[in-house]
Amino acid sequence: MSEGTLYDKVWDRHKVTTLPTGQDQLFVGLHLVHEVTSPQAFGMLRERDMEVAYPERTHATVDHIVPTDDLDRPFEGAAEEMMSQLEENVREAGIEFSHPGTGDQGIVHVIGPEQGLTQPGMTVVCGDSHTSTHGAFGALAFGIGTSQIRDVLATGTVAMEKKDVRRVRVDGELGEGVEAKDVILEIIRRLGTDGGVGYVYEYAGEAIRNLDMEGRMSICNMSIEGGARAGYVEPDETTYEWLRETDAFEDDPERFEELKPYWESIASDDDAEYDDEVVIDGSALDPVVTWGTTPGQGVGIDDPIPAPEDLPEDKQDTARRAQEHMRVEPGETMAGYPIDVAFLGSCTNARLPDLRRAARVVAGREVHDDVRAMVVPGSQRVKAAAEREGLDEVFREAGFDWRGAGCSMCLGMNPDQLEGDEACASSSNRNFVGRQGSKEGRTVLMNPRMVAAAAIEGEVTDVRDLPETEVKA
Amino acid sequence: MTEDVETVERVTGTGVPVRGNDIDTDQIIPARFLKVVTFDGLGQFVFQDVRFTDDDEPKDHPFNEDRFRDASILVVNANFGCGSSREHAPQALKRWGIDAIVGESFAEIFAGNCLALGVPTVTADQAEIEALQEFVDENPDAEIDVDVDDETVSYGDREIDATVDDAQRRALVEGVWDTTALMKSNAEAVAETAASLPYIEAGAGGDA
Ligand code: SF4
Repeated sequence: MSEGTLYDKVWDRHKVTTLPTGQDQLFVGLHLVHEVTSPQAFGMLRERDMEVAYPERTHATVDHIVPTDDLDRPFEGAAEEMMSQLEENVREAGIEFSHPGTGDQGIVHVIGPEQGLTQPGMTVVCGDSHTSTHGAFGALAFGIGTSQIRDVLATGTVAMEKKDVRRVRVDGELGEGVEAKDVILEIIRRLGTDGGVGYVYEYAGEAIRNLDMEGRMSICNMSIEGGARAGYVEPDETTYEWLRETDAFEDDPERFEELKPYWESIASDDDAEYDDEVVIDGSALDPVVTWGTTPGQGVGIDDPIPAPEDLPEDKQDTARRAQEHMRVEPGETMAGYPIDVAFLGSCTNARLPDLRRAARVVAGREVHDDVRAMVVPGSQRVKAAAEREGLDEVFREAGFDWRGAGCSMCLGMNPDQLEGDEACASSSNRNFVGRQGSKEGRTVLMNPRMVAAAAIEGEVTDVRDLPETEVKA
Repeated sequence: MTEDVETVERVTGTGVPVRGNDIDTDQIIPARFLKVVTFDGLGQFVFQDVRFTDDDEPKDHPFNEDRFRDASILVVNANFGCGSSREHAPQALKRWGIDAIVGESFAEIFAGNCLALGVPTVTADQAEIEALQEFVDENPDAEIDVDVDDETVSYGDREIDATVDDAQRRALVEGVWDTTALMKSNAEAVAETAASLPYIEAGAGGDA
């Protein structure tokens, strides 16, 4: 059992008691709510005549079903019902709601951090598996199911079993063109999509330390794709600098100074004990793209796609089916794989620095004739900030569709979907069959600059071959 | 506020047999019903696609038969509830009126989801289950008694040995399956924990 890690410390601070089921009851510091997974839970509460216990620790947004073009109400079909249900639920309970009218709406895992709701040493939950994102701030953040959402609404707590802690150390400096996304794709490729089951990941090492908060979020975001329910990075100066600028502390520097000692105190001890450790040489990485239909089926851009029979036995079958679906052959590289759609968005990679970097690739170039390309900023604030810098113009001039904030084509629950067997270069986190709205659709996961490069060239391309242009704000 | 925690020591009622192995959660509640905002109306859609044709004509299915309409004990065969982990499946059954399920075996996640609703999933061997299904078919009004604590199922003049997973039995019999009620009863301790956290502003707090 781990000892003295951030995980142990934050767990202990939030533990209320051990339940007769053997699980621990943990206080929830921040409960984020979106329209898809919460309505049933509010319904159950109503059925039992219970009230929301800690509305002030709860915050709502709408992301999965929002259209990214026209926000006029009513939304189409079931989307409108989900939206109005959420409105009613948050009104009744007195929960703050970043709805589109506020200018603060966006993907739940983008708006929590940007509004300063997510803070180090907190427990953060949401009925969404990518809640692990918030771990980037040194918070303990995990996705929960509908019954657990009900528990949190009714009691402000959640029942959980403690996991083991694996430290994932990424040493060295990342090479030119290599990003956080490539690091996490590599981690999942190596450890497998179920490698993290039973673990929480602590990301450490020089390459992680040198990342900005957005990069850390990209990594923590995909912890779940590697099977870990949660992942975190210890808070440091980078974290504090970011927090200082958020709504929470911008006008209240005293509060910032008050909380800082707590944030510092929950970092893992130098002699902390871990249940497992994995070391990766970050300086040896190339941009990673996926060739298959799980996020673990990744490969360096210059490396050959593996032959199924060379993989561990339990992976061979999935690999065969994936290669058939994707129409790729072992021995080939992914470079040159034709692309029909480029999607720059999602809670993994649609924050301002992601868009800035992609814009530098796009500037002065044109989207390939056979590609429809879209940018879906992670939040309304990201969108507004990008527009202030003129990034929207850069993308538009190149032929990208510049859209409103939301989950969009990450999962195709709104009208943005793949059609037929289209292949999509995507900065999102899941390449499962059918994920982007079409059963025959093909998704290739990659970092945002690689998506930009694919959009320009019409095929998967090593972004390092495209010289960048400075984009002036 | 504290709330009495409900225990489920036994379930008594009439039965309904649904025959077949590997009945998955897609059959229990088809995916298109996931786009709903409450579980409330789900009861009427349970087994929708095996109960009705595309034109909404009823097909041959026990859940369409009047004689089983008041049943609360579902009798199934092997690997019931496999497939997607959707909590909508037990919710739909529960809302239709099912309070306990007796079968040869259950998918693990499905059984866990049932437990969260206080619905026992009780197993017995194939021959016993088939005999029970036959009995229910012939005696739709006969009472069946599922004793979770004793691990028996009684009907007519018979009592059969059944199995209830240990943890499940403890949770149901001791009334600790309902985490909401259980955790709600600790509201004071929760408020104390909250107050001890530096980031919680003094004076904030729940309805402890
Ligand atoms: S962007 Fe995608 S992964 Fe993120 S919350 Fe939305 S649907 Fe989920």
